[in-house]
Amino acid sequence: MANIMNQKRLKRRVWKNRIFKYLFFLATMIGLVFLALLIYRVLNQGLGYLNIDFIKNFPAPYPDKAGMFAGIMGSVFLMLLIAPISIILGVSTALYLEEYAAKNRFTRFIQVNVQNLAGVPSIVYGLLGLTFFVYLFNFGYTLIAGVLTMSLLILPVIVVAAQEAIRSVPKELSEASIAMGATKWQTIWRIVLPASIPGILTGSILALSRAIGETAPLIIVGAATAIYTIPDSLLAKYTAMPIQIYSWTARPQEEWQYVAGAGIIVLLIVLLFMNAIAVWIRNKFQNRY
Amino acid sequence: MKQNHTNSIQDRIAENKANNKRLKATEKTVPIFLLLCAAVSVLTTIGIIFTLLRESFTFFSDVSVLDFLTGTNWSPWTGHFGVFPLISGTILVTFIAACVALPLGVASAIFLSEYAGDRTRRIIKPVLEVLAGIPTVVYGYFALTFITPILMKIVPELKIFNALSAGIVVGIMILPMVASLSEDAMSAVPKSLREGALALGATKLETTTKVVIPAALSGIIASIVLALSRAIGETMIVTIAAGASPNLTFDPTQSIQTLTAFIVQGATGDTTYGSTIYYSIYAVGITLFVFTLIMNIISQYVSRKFREDY
Repeated sequence: MANIMNQKRLKRRVWKNRIFKYLFFLATMIGLVFLALLIYRVLNQGLGYLNIDFIKNFPAPYPDKAGMFAGIMGSVFLMLLIAPISIILGVSTALYLEEYAAKNRFTRFIQVNVQNLAGVPSIVYGLLGLTFFVYLFNFGYTLIAGVLTMSLLILPVIVVAAQEAIRSVPKELSEASIAMGATKWQTIWRIVLPASIPGILTGSILALSRAIGETAPLIIVGAATAIYTIPDSLLAKYTAMPIQIYSWTARPQEEWQYVAGAGIIVLLIVLLFMNAIAVWIRNKFQNRY
Repeated sequence: MKQNHTNSIQDRIAENKANNKRLKATEKTVPIFLLLCAAVSVLTTIGIIFTLLRESFTFFSDVSVLDFLTGTNWSPWTGHFGVFPLISGTILVTFIAACVALPLGVASAIFLSEYAGDRTRRIIKPVLEVLAGIPTVVYGYFALTFITPILMKIVPELKIFNALSAGIVVGIMILPMVASLSEDAMSAVPKSLREGALALGATKLETTTKVVIPAALSGIIASIVLALSRAIGETMIVTIAAGASPNLTFDPTQSIQTLTAFIVQGATGDTTYGSTIYYSIYAVGITLFVFTLIMNIISQYVSRKFREDY
């Protein structure tokens, strides 16, 4: 009798396990289905408007004349300027924290500070940029204000990635270098940095692709929506791809939705390309010690 | 450096000394340069706090703190600055996002860490993480032009701009964060614990709910708090899809405005520099900053305090 009861219970438990397995699987699929729907929807709406003229044209008041050349060039200029500033600052910070800083309260303070900065909403960086770069330094709504704001925004991400890359270089390598009589900086410059460059690059590219997709802080520091030139100086007006997409989604006529869709395709292609490079670097230079 | 063997020993000693001097100078200046770079992060924090405090201070000389914190009417263009409708809007969107992201995220994490094979996990996890890399302006577009029309067929009284659609999509945005970080926490639970439970005759589900999840709980909670903090600070989805009507309501079919959406509106509208509305975006900003800072500190505290070491 007890044996039969036990067998029944065992059956129930095994069934429950099986049902939940499918439930967990379904839940995982929901995220993937959303991703598929999103991509399908964007392609479906945008492909019709995506052509060479769309890439080459400046903004226009009519949907079929509108293009995102100003946005593409603005994003390219932003990227070219943000990259050196944020990478130099980020890698230097990481080197200081990993190689030079004493293990004391001050170091811990910087460390916790960097972690907290990574959790600050991007729009708050927009307010920082508005106060300091736009008004206090009197740059106005210009490219340089956008560049500096975005560099600070992605700085903590790069610091964390660079720290991890530097930490993963085996101690034996730098110890060998020191034992050969190299100085500390020679060791860092010739041994530690080259060994950690793949990790640093991967993290930096991912951080940069985040900067390319960010919209909110650029809106706050005044990236314009209707720009008919490409920036020719640091103090020029500028726009960026996500800003143009935002301005198109905000219009009531339905045709603009399709234009926004076309813009999103261009933006996603750029991001996909950057991510592919990051993955390629990670695979190509996977450290094997 | 060119080696010149015709030099006398004395010359070479002198050259060596000069070399050493230069090396020593580099060794001394480099750490200073690196420290200066590290100081930028600290200066950024100080800059953020200084900005928010100084401009809010100007705001609070026009509007009393009490009115700001307890007022239930936010219509800055008619001079009413009660922040509660913005907070309620933010909480409403975050709540809806949590309802979407927490069950789906934790379930995905369980599937990936406990049930899925190695190959399945290696394919699904990066694909799921693609969701995290999609710009939020794209999510906003998706919410407004796809999710809202579908929801309108199910819920006829839904407004075009509404909290429900924005909240669902914010939930999808933070889902990979919950899934990925929770999966990391669960994968870190040692195999021996699972094997012990399985050897005692527990099913996989029982092992998961009674052994793995309790052991990984701190990591799971930390990931959830972090994701919610991201939802609170999310800007573009709510700006595009949730509307610009600061209503004190918890009805998800209504148009609302969040803290972040107002900052965008206040910074792009016909706001003149130095007006009370201009300063109000900083007061709203500091409210947002305090909310997310508390969440981030809780998340760090939870993952540090309750970390299980095996």
